[in-house]
Amino acid sequence: MYDSPNSEAKIGQKAIKISANKVQVYYGDTHAIKDVDVQIEDKTVTAFIGPSGCGKSTFLRCLNRMNDTIDICRVEGEILLDGEDIYDKRVDPVQLRAKVGMVFQKPNPFPKSIYDNIAYGPRIHGLARSKADLDDIVEKSLRRGAIWNEVKDRLHAPGTGLSGGQQQRLCIARAIATEPEVLLMDEPCSALDPIATGQVEELIDELRENFSVVIVTHSMQQAARVSQKTAFFHLGNLVEYGMTGQIFTNPNDPRTESYITGRIG
Amino acid sequence: MHDQHIASAFDRDLEGIQARIMKMGGLVEEAILSAAESLENRDEELAEKVRAGDRAIDALEEMINEEAALLIALRSPTAIDLRIVLTVMKISANLERIGDYAKNMAKRTGVLVQMSPIAGTHASLRRMAREVQLMLKDALDAYIQRDAVLAQEVINRDKDVDQMYNALFREFLTFMLEDPRNITACMHLHFIAKNNERMGDHVTSIAEQVIYLVSGETPDDPRPKGDKTSTDPRVAPEAAWADADGDD
Repeated sequence: MYDSPNSEAKIGQKAIKISANKVQVYYGDTHAIKDVDVQIEDKTVTAFIGPSGCGKSTFLRCLNRMNDTIDICRVEGEILLDGEDIYDKRVDPVQLRAKVGMVFQKPNPFPKSIYDNIAYGPRIHGLARSKADLDDIVEKSLRRGAIWNEVKDRLHAPGTGLSGGQQQRLCIARAIATEPEVLLMDEPCSALDPIATGQVEELIDELRENFSVVIVTHSMQQAARVSQKTAFFHLGNLVEYGMTGQIFTNPNDPRTESYITGRIG
Repeated sequence: MHDQHIASAFDRDLEGIQARIMKMGGLVEEAILSAAESLENRDEELAEKVRAGDRAIDALEEMINEEAALLIALRSPTAIDLRIVLTVMKISANLERIGDYAKNMAKRTGVLVQMSPIAGTHASLRRMAREVQLMLKDALDAYIQRDAVLAQEVINRDKDVDQMYNALFREFLTFMLEDPRNITACMHLHFIAKNNERMGDHVTSIAEQVIYLVSGETPDDPRPKGDKTSTDPRVAPEAAWADADGDD
């Protein structure tokens, strides 16, 4: 019966970008992520949903080793990016994070100009050979971030002077300036109004052309709107992972059903 | 899975809309039986009541559609909740159509009482209507009890209704061949039989909705088809005109 909408039509045939196998995360004695296996596809938006404390953000942060910054946090198991273990000793986390970018809940532009916000990453990673190169990267990133028209006349104004929605799109533009392959988003719209949310969601859909996007969201409707695949986490377990349309019309697991239909669970 | 939503108003809305479907179903069942009874007893008054009663059924359908639209807009239902809203909308459309067929039966009864009766056929038509009404009752029970097995049983029973229609079709043909003065009455009676057969199809569609509601999947097996009048010349040599559906 279930007929894939167009945006999902080709999902499932795409290459695997990130492959997580038997991932365990501990915060001290707390077992926060239990035995999670998940295959994240390239050029696809994957949504992680689940109640607060279910581990979805923790798991997201494993994907670019953001948990390394937390002393008591221990990650076990295997996470492969294009077949290579990102927790291998030879992997430089800074290089990894250039490939796997991240956008946070609250817009956090650097206290610098709009231009410098974007140029920062390409500069430290040596992606621009000249000023003209850098100008190009800045313009391209701001265009991809769907904010170029709003800021092109004031590139040297401080990024912090923009509105919340603009700041968030600036942060997304900054994250894609280093040409990452994967973009992780941790509740990117929770501080935005519906119009800015709509703009960011439209942007996410456009980014799917070039990147693999993983988004953590508390808004089920947002997960339904922007993602092609959805993973439901509960108490540190990955309960169900499947096509978004299937998860929202006919989930397999009763826990998923309880959660997405807003029943006590 | 838990039964109750965190927002209890959501539960109330869903229960309300399903209660309305049941009310509508009750009215439609009654309309089928009364229409058949009015035909058998040549009871014009009852026939008139059935015709007038269709307005209440139509009003319920409209109300259900409005409530379903509100539920979708305000509550963004998903999973089982979404399937409830979708099936409620389809079932109300099926019920409304069945109600129209019953009304049409009653309308034709008004014409038929002016003519001399055709022996035996009224009782057969009533049996057929009774069978359709029982199927509808079971389909609605299956809906409320979320019983896919019972729903499948209802789907299988549709072929009995089709067979009753085939038998009546042949009977009417015989009466018409015997005496052309029977033609007008038999034409009306045939439309009534066809209306019953179509009602059976709508009941089958309701039962299919029950299966979708429970499993999330529509049954894909082609259901058994018993109406051969439009395809098999051995059943009906002059069958080309027999395909007409009831009006209204």
